[in-house]
Amino acid sequence: MTAAAHLSAPSGTPGPGAGDDAAPTGGGPRRPSKYTVARTLRYLLLLIGLLFVMIPVYVLFITSFKGVGDATPARAWLLPAGWTLDNWKAAWDQLAPSIGRSVAMVVPSTIISAGLGCLNGFVLSRWRFPGADIVFTLILFGMFLPYQAVMIPLLELMLAVQVPYGIPSLIVLHVVFGIPICTLIFRNYFETVPEELMEASKVDGAGMLRTFWSVALPIAVPGFAVVLIWQFTNAWNDFLFAVFFSSAANGPVTLALNNLANGALLTNYGVSMAGALLASLPTLLVYILLSRYFLAGLMSGSVKG
Amino acid sequence: MPAVLPVSSSAEVFVSGKLRRFGPPLLLISPSLILVGVFIYGLMGQNLWMSMTDNHSAAQANGREPISVVGLENYIGLFATEAFRHSMANLLLFTAAFLIGAMVMGFLWAWLLERPLPGGRFFQTVYLFPMAISFVASGVVWRWLLNSNQGDSASGLNRLFQMVGLDFLQNPWWNNITFGILAIALPAVWQLSGYVMALFLAGFRGVPDELREAARMDGATELQMYRLVIFPQLTPVVMSALVIIAHMSLKSFDLIMSISKPANYQTKVPAVDMFLFKSSYDYANSAAVGTILLAVVAVLIVPYLIHQYRESRR
Repeated sequence: MTAAAHLSAPSGTPGPGAGDDAAPTGGGPRRPSKYTVARTLRYLLLLIGLLFVMIPVYVLFITSFKGVGDATPARAWLLPAGWTLDNWKAAWDQLAPSIGRSVAMVVPSTIISAGLGCLNGFVLSRWRFPGADIVFTLILFGMFLPYQAVMIPLLELMLAVQVPYGIPSLIVLHVVFGIPICTLIFRNYFETVPEELMEASKVDGAGMLRTFWSVALPIAVPGFAVVLIWQFTNAWNDFLFAVFFSSAANGPVTLALNNLANGALLTNYGVSMAGALLASLPTLLVYILLSRYFLAGLMSGSVKG
Repeated sequence: MPAVLPVSSSAEVFVSGKLRRFGPPLLLISPSLILVGVFIYGLMGQNLWMSMTDNHSAAQANGREPISVVGLENYIGLFATEAFRHSMANLLLFTAAFLIGAMVMGFLWAWLLERPLPGGRFFQTVYLFPMAISFVASGVVWRWLLNSNQGDSASGLNRLFQMVGLDFLQNPWWNNITFGILAIALPAVWQLSGYVMALFLAGFRGVPDELREAARMDGATELQMYRLVIFPQLTPVVMSALVIIAHMSLKSFDLIMSISKPANYQTKVPAVDMFLFKSSYDYANSAAVGTILLAVVAVLIVPYLIHQYRESRR
């Protein structure tokens, strides 16, 4: 279980009694009050941060429940005079088809790139070949690639191989450009798995495929959780590829939301705010329910994990 | 006919042995290698070539009119226009503000939360949640917050400033020609500070407890312990965070598209230029802007990757 323990490490709370700052070593009578002051200051600063983070959430929330006449500048920061679900209904009517398309895009692309990443990560960490490190570094560069630097020939390539514009194109792109990060996460994951496990299988005369299938894959479950969540969030939130490879009629929800917001009048922000919340719901749910894996994915972005 | 037994030389045994050992793993990752080779490195080359042609019209983009190579003309042309230099200046300003904001905020939060604190997990969870949201969704609300109207018609943050008696803070936000882009850095900081916090928290937790103990035993004050013992240990985290935030900043596109409008001069950056050129079928200039972005990112990333590569060899 060392592997699972490693994955949870970044988000793991420090164990009980780990350096409790309320226990000074040379405890004079004045010390506690000094620590109380320090602690109050900490909470004060943390609350300011909380305010900064939550202000946009407050605005999104209240505005999404406001009626048309209610969202005037003068009442901008006040709670709704009357709470209404009209904005949510309107946003749902306008976004539902694109949310469906986003699901159709995210599910296959996430699964395929996770599969490829698992194969690559296994080979590059536990079944290596000469030059594996160079290959890995070359793959890794794709993680940082500004996609603008391949976009124009990419448009021509997708046209030439006749992948239909819209969701099919986007599935291909999310799979291909997801390879680097998925490879990285799985490689780092397999590196934490004791080498003896694979070695034992090698000594038994098992081939690479059998070792992969019966040893590596079963223990890779936590790695899959991290990669699936990461890819899901990335693909769901993507806007750049959506703009270049789809239109409002056949694109994902980010594109539809942007069109909705750009069409909105200043006084009718309610619908776009409700739409923004709707479009964010899936990734937010994933974050709240599976934050440990979400965090592990984030940390892997720093290469060394 | 007696079968001729193959007499294999030692070299052949060596090669076939190598093939048997290294053939399968290479085969297993070959789909990914081909995809990465074509889609990343092949297209990067193709893009570089495209940026050196005179492919400026829809007819050429569709292959109905010939394309010829013009060398560096497009690059020279881009830097000669005031509009593109403005984009580059914007990118620089934006990146500086984004980097400083996210690093300071993320570091501060991590420092405050580094030691166990009742409710600490709650703050962490809230600080990090904007990472789960798309730039487009947060752009919806930030466009409203950064509304440039002032006085009676003010909404968004300007209205909030009025309500709490800080009227003097009202400003046109992204509508300022020179510094408008700084307003877009605010939502970027809002979104990424939690990420930087998470990186720093992992860094803090990587510092061995013995180091803290040793510092306390030596009679160091809390501040001294942080300054002399713990902060120096965080250097690798600082490097990682800088690289991650800087490369995200250089690629910024979504936020600007959803808060401002692509055609807005105030908030133009190269990524937006690239999109605008493509929209008008000026593929050559579009490709040139893409390559310029790649060069800027590469200056940052390549040394970082080489460093990581060397570390992994050790």
